[in-house]
Amino acid sequence: MKAMTILFSMDSNSLLNGAKSYEEAMKNLVNEYNLSDIIEIIETGSFGFYGKGSVFQILPDDIYYIVNSIDDLKEIFEEHLLKGRSVPKFLVDREKLIPADTSKLKETRIVLRNVGLIDPNSIEEYIGRDGYIALYRALKMKKTEIIDIIKDSGLRGRGGAGFPTGLKWEMTLKSQNDRKYILCNADEGEPGTFKDRLILEGDPHSVLEAMAIAGYAVGSQLGYIYIRGEYYNSIQKVQKAIDDAENAGLLGENIFGSDFSFKISIRPGAGAYVVGDETALMESLEGKVGRPRLKPPYPTEHGLYGRPTLINNVETFANVPWIILNGSDAFKAYGTQRSKGTKVFSLIGNINSKGVAELPMGSTLREVIYGFGGGVANGRNIKMIQTGGTAGTFVTPDKLDIPVDYESIKDGISLGSGAILVIDDRNCAVDIAKKIARFYMHESCGKCTPCREGTRELYTLLDEISKGHGKIEYIDRIKNLAQEIADSSFCGLGQSVNMPILSLYDNFKDEFLAHIGASECPVGICEFEKVKSKTKV
Amino acid sequence: MDKVQILKERIKEMKSRQLEKGDMILSSLHATQELFDNSIPLEAAKVISDELDVKVERIYELATFYSMYSTKPRGKHLIRLCESLPCHVIEGPKIAKKLKEVLNIDFGQTTKDGLFTLETTSCLGICGVGPVMMIDGDTYGNLTAEKTESIVQKYRGEKS
Repeated sequence: MKAMTILFSMDSNSLLNGAKSYEEAMKNLVNEYNLSDIIEIIETGSFGFYGKGSVFQILPDDIYYIVNSIDDLKEIFEEHLLKGRSVPKFLVDREKLIPADTSKLKETRIVLRNVGLIDPNSIEEYIGRDGYIALYRALKMKKTEIIDIIKDSGLRGRGGAGFPTGLKWEMTLKSQNDRKYILCNADEGEPGTFKDRLILEGDPHSVLEAMAIAGYAVGSQLGYIYIRGEYYNSIQKVQKAIDDAENAGLLGENIFGSDFSFKISIRPGAGAYVVGDETALMESLEGKVGRPRLKPPYPTEHGLYGRPTLINNVETFANVPWIILNGSDAFKAYGTQRSKGTKVFSLIGNINSKGVAELPMGSTLREVIYGFGGGVANGRNIKMIQTGGTAGTFVTPDKLDIPVDYESIKDGISLGSGAILVIDDRNCAVDIAKKIARFYMHESCGKCTPCREGTRELYTLLDEISKGHGKIEYIDRIKNLAQEIADSSFCGLGQSVNMPILSLYDNFKDEFLAHIGASECPVGICEFEKVKSKTKV
Repeated sequence: MDKVQILKERIKEMKSRQLEKGDMILSSLHATQELFDNSIPLEAAKVISDELDVKVERIYELATFYSMYSTKPRGKHLIRLCESLPCHVIEGPKIAKKLKEVLNIDFGQTTKDGLFTLETTSCLGICGVGPVMMIDGDTYGNLTAEKTESIVQKYRGEKS
C-alpha cells in the first residue's frame, strides 16, 4: 500500500472527457519526480458525477479535482502533491451541491458499492471487497434458502417492470428441465439511462457473481449476458472479468470445489430498442429478428430455446451478492412500503451536474435534481421533467416533492429505468412530443399493426403541427390514437406510448393549441414552413 | 486471401464458440461488416448461410431489421449521432446541422469519396457527456459545433 492513491475514473463518460490522457500525464509526472514508490495511480469506475472536465480523486485526502488541460493537472501536481496544499480553483465542492434542507440525504451504495472505488479490471480488488464470498456462502446453502432470502428482501426487477425477483427465481427453480438458462439483460437502450453501462464497466464481477448464485439457486449451468452492440467498452470489460473469474476457478467447472459448474458467455446486440423486452431478447439471442413472443407461457417455463430461463436486468443482479452477504433485513431497511432497497438514477438534460446517484427508493425528484444534480444549468427554470426514460411520463415542477418508487405512477411519476431528464424553459412541448413519436415510430418492430401504423400516424400529425400546418382536429386524433395504440399493442413498447404523449399534452395543452393557426412556434423552437401560396394554380 | 475466404475462416472460429444453435449469428454479421464496407453483401450472406446452417432469407431479414446492419455498402467511417431526447434538449440539433454541413450530405447518405456515412442512433448510454456521437467504435462527447468539425477533419486527414 502506497502513501497516496490517485483514482482516475475510466467509464465511457470519463474517457470522453479525456481521462486517459490525464492519467498518462499524471503517470509521467509521477515518474519524472521519482514518486512512484509513494503514489499509486489506479483506474476505477464512475464517481457518479460529471462536470465540464475530467475528474480525479486523491486519497487519503479524499479530494476531487476537475481539470480541463494538462496545465491544470501540472498545477495540481506541483501544488498538491509536491507542496501539500490543495488548489481551490480546481476543487469539486461536493458539499456545495447539496442544499441545506436535504442534509439528511445520503447516497446509499448497494448496487454501486464498488463502482468508483475499485479497478474493474482487477479481480483481486473485487475479492478484496468481499467479492465472491456471497457465491461461496450460497453454495453451502439449500437452493430454497437462497430464494427465500431474495424473496424476503422484496427485491423487484430494476429494468422497469418491477416484477418480484425472488418469485421469478422460484418459478424457474420449479420448472422441470435438464437444461435451464440464466440471462442477463444488458441491452440498455432506454434513452437517458446509463446505469447498466456504469455497473458493467465499473464492477463487472458483481453481475457475474450474481448470475452464478442464480444459476445455483435455480439449477442452471449456462448464463448469457446480452450486451448492446454499441457498448464496445462494456463488452471488453465484462469479457476480461469472465476470463479472470474462470482462471481463478470462480466460474467454470466445479466452483469452490463443489459439484456446481457455471459458464457465462457474452452475446452482443445489433441495435433494436424492442429487444429490451425479455422475450424479444431471447429471439434475438437465438439469431432471429427481435420481435416479442406471446406470453404466457412465461420465460420461467418456456424461455430461451424453449427451456426455463431466468432473465434479470444488470442492476437487479448487482443487488444480489450484497443481499446474500448482508441479509434481507438490511436490504429492507431501505426504501418504502412496497419498494425496497435503492434505485440508481441517471440524471441528465439541462442540469448542472449530470451523472448517476444511488438513493433509497422513495427519494424525491427534488433530492435527485438539487441534491445531486446541482440544479438547472445556465440559471434557467425547469419546464418539465421526464421520469423513467422515453416510455415514462412528463411532470411539471409541482411534483418535485413526491417520493419516487414503483407506486408513484399513481401520482404520474414513472420509476421505469430511473432516468430523470430535466428539460428547461427554452424547450417546446410539441417539439419534444414529435421527438418521442419519432422514437416510437423508428423502434416499433412491425409485428403488430396498432404500433407499426399508429406510431407513424402519430409522428406525422405532430410533424405537421410542428411545421405550422396543424389543424384543431389533429389534437383529438393524437389523444385518441395514443390511447388506442397503448390499449391494443402486442408488447410493452406500443403499450407505453400513451404515457409520454398524453402526460405531455395534459401538462402543456395551451402550448399545443397555440401552435395551431399561428404564424410561428410560440416557443421559437419548431421551424414553421411558409404557407404555400394559393396563387400558384 | 480474398475477403470471402477470410470471412469463412472467421465464421468457422466463431462457430467453435457457439453454445447453442444460432447464438453466434448476430456476432458473425458484425464480423462480416468489418470486412465488407460496413455492410452485408449477398456473397457474405451465403457464407454465413452455409457455415451456420441458416437461410439467406433470414440473414437478409436480420440485416434489415437491426439498425447496426446494412445491406448497402457504407462509407469507411460510420458516424452515428445520438438523436434521443437527452441529447436533443442540450443542443443536439445544432450538431446534426453542423454534421450535414461539414459532410455535405443528409442522414442516411454516404459522401462521394466513400469516406463517411452519416446516421442517427438511439441513446448510446453516455448521456453524462452529451451531445454525443460515435465514429466507428470511438465515442465523442460534450460536442460543440466547432469540436464536431475538427473531429471530422481529423478523420479526413487520415486518408492522405
